[in-house]
Amino acid sequence: MSILVNRNTRVICQGITGKAGAFHTKGCKEYGTQMVGGVTPGKSGETVEGLPVFDTVEEAVKQTGANATMIFVPPPFTADAILEAIDAGIEVIAAITEGVPVIDMVPVYETVRKSKSVLIGPNCPGLITPGECKIGIMPGYIHKPGKVGIMSRSGTLTYEAVWQTTKLGLGQSTCVGLGGDPIVGTSYIDLLARYQADDQTEVILMIGEIGGNAEEEAAAFVKAHVTKPVAAFIAGRTAPPGKRMGHAGAIITGGKGTAAEKVAALEAAGIVVAPSPAEMGDAVAEAIRRHKK
Amino acid sequence: MKIHEYQAKQLFRKAGVPVLASHVARSAEEAQKAFESLGSPVAVVKAQIHAGGRGKGTVIDNPNQRGVQLVKSGAEAAAVATGLLGKKLVTIQTGPAGSEVRQVLVEQGCQIARELYLGIVVDRAACKPVLMVSNEGGVEIEKVAAETPEKIFKEHFDPQRGLDSFQVRKLCKKLNITGAAARSAESFMKTLCKFFVDYDCSLVEVNPLVITVDNQMIALDAKVTFDDNAIFRHADVKELRDIGEEEPAEVRAGNAGLSYVKLEGNIGCLVNGAGLAMATMDIIKYHGGAPANFLDVGGGANTQQVTEAFRILLSDPNCKAVLVNIFGGIARCTTIATALIEASKEVGFNVPLVVRLEGTEVEEGKRMLKESGLDMIAADGLTDAAKKVVAAAGIAS
Repeated sequence: MSILVNRNTRVICQGITGKAGAFHTKGCKEYGTQMVGGVTPGKSGETVEGLPVFDTVEEAVKQTGANATMIFVPPPFTADAILEAIDAGIEVIAAITEGVPVIDMVPVYETVRKSKSVLIGPNCPGLITPGECKIGIMPGYIHKPGKVGIMSRSGTLTYEAVWQTTKLGLGQSTCVGLGGDPIVGTSYIDLLARYQADDQTEVILMIGEIGGNAEEEAAAFVKAHVTKPVAAFIAGRTAPPGKRMGHAGAIITGGKGTAAEKVAALEAAGIVVAPSPAEMGDAVAEAIRRHKK
Repeated sequence: MKIHEYQAKQLFRKAGVPVLASHVARSAEEAQKAFESLGSPVAVVKAQIHAGGRGKGTVIDNPNQRGVQLVKSGAEAAAVATGLLGKKLVTIQTGPAGSEVRQVLVEQGCQIARELYLGIVVDRAACKPVLMVSNEGGVEIEKVAAETPEKIFKEHFDPQRGLDSFQVRKLCKKLNITGAAARSAESFMKTLCKFFVDYDCSLVEVNPLVITVDNQMIALDAKVTFDDNAIFRHADVKELRDIGEEEPAEVRAGNAGLSYVKLEGNIGCLVNGAGLAMATMDIIKYHGGAPANFLDVGGGANTQQVTEAFRILLSDPNCKAVLVNIFGGIARCTTIATALIEASKEVGFNVPLVVRLEGTEVEEGKRMLKESGLDMIAADGLTDAAKKVVAAAGIAS
């Protein structure tokens, strides 16, 4: 198995007629994802990459049986697009769009939590179950079906981790980019619970960064509920306070959210923390070794 | 985006949040006039810079001149303005170089009965805005939060509905505010929470928040930061930006669509993706070097952007070597290679260049770089790249 998405997942793209939407729809389709259609209001009847375009998500679901979506609509309209997907009963929603106003996400978060949908992002690379289903912008070829569940708040740093675990022959079960914004739909804890319950996932790699306290909360959850080996890396050990490091969420405020605090919390929970980003794959291997003892 | 205290107070006034009468002055003469027009026996002259900690901050070469000072005459206001304007003020937030004071705020004095703290942010853990108040006003709230968190009282609120009356009552009870002051607090807190939402703020802080002897709650200070992602829907806010308060290289990078933060080290970094950019800084430090900057060229970087990125890196006199670290995903290694070659022709490298490429079209990208004859040090993997650039910077400096 895997988590969230697999070979049976049927995916639409909201914003499919835009440049990014069309480009990545093509990329996902070529990877082997079951892309079944797209949505752009006012453009029903058109086709993109041979896929039908619908005016509403409701219509797209009715006609194609879609149960997942990737969202590329511009930031001012992203919250509305997510709400539309929840309303249409879409199970997995990946919001790729970067630059969504934080306050817009407050009601979206509340709505998605009360629904059956899972929201990944916004401002994320998406998610992938190697060899089965890629929803998002990550390069497919660096992945390999395997046993590491990878979750991260960053994009290219995740690719780095994926590549290291691929080269070590470990492969990945499902990789999820949670997104770099202050409010995102899915937390490390949500995924830890899923990875723990998933047969294919034998070890978990968590890639965090400065800002907030999501990593600390995840560490507490691991200590209490996760029996599988866990490795981690925290980016931003050298970041100065008060400066936003690219991601809206990557900022140390009021002396909180430093890398040192996070690393201490993770290690206290028995998690193997990679000292350098070049050693994320090695940390996973080490976590497996320690677990066997 | 940050704004000045005087700008925040103008917005507060417009929104109905009580503030004292004040005038902005850009010369000693204006400061004197401001004092006289306030018609108050005392006034406070406050340096206007974006950094906090002004009250305890002092001017470079003049430790007697603080950033905030009480004055009792027009002549005194003019003298303090002279001591501040055009000078560099050093506070705990500015760093040792300080920040130039280009305007001061001359504000009416008031009879203070109590000093409190108030802050509003989006609580990431609860995924909701939160109002925080404390009796420990006027001091470093970070210290209170770290040492005595039980002295900070919080109420989360729904952005659409705003703060409820019962929430204000709960806070007033804990702060021991009663009677007319509690009525003033209700209007103050509700209005400010609405302000936070209406203006898409990421931070609103009033420290100190005061209760006057006649039981009125007033914002004695005002710190407002806006969510950069939401500026598009606030044309009036956009105009409040003071580029003079920002690092020039960061402004330049922002104009080119790059995310750049200047740091103190000597190794320039050019990376795609914010997480990898942070990790690249970390691995440089891990191998004994010091990064000169954070620079994320983003996912879809083109030749113009990469060229501009190099110009910015090389214009930093501290930069003794450059590390390019690209994990091609959507951005192909061939695109980056083309940009590198073009940029080197246009900008010219006067410091060692270490290049690490991985990901989409990596072989072709490496071949292009090799054939171009570009003078660079190729690296294989993150560790190799970091070690090579640290060594190169060490030799160069």
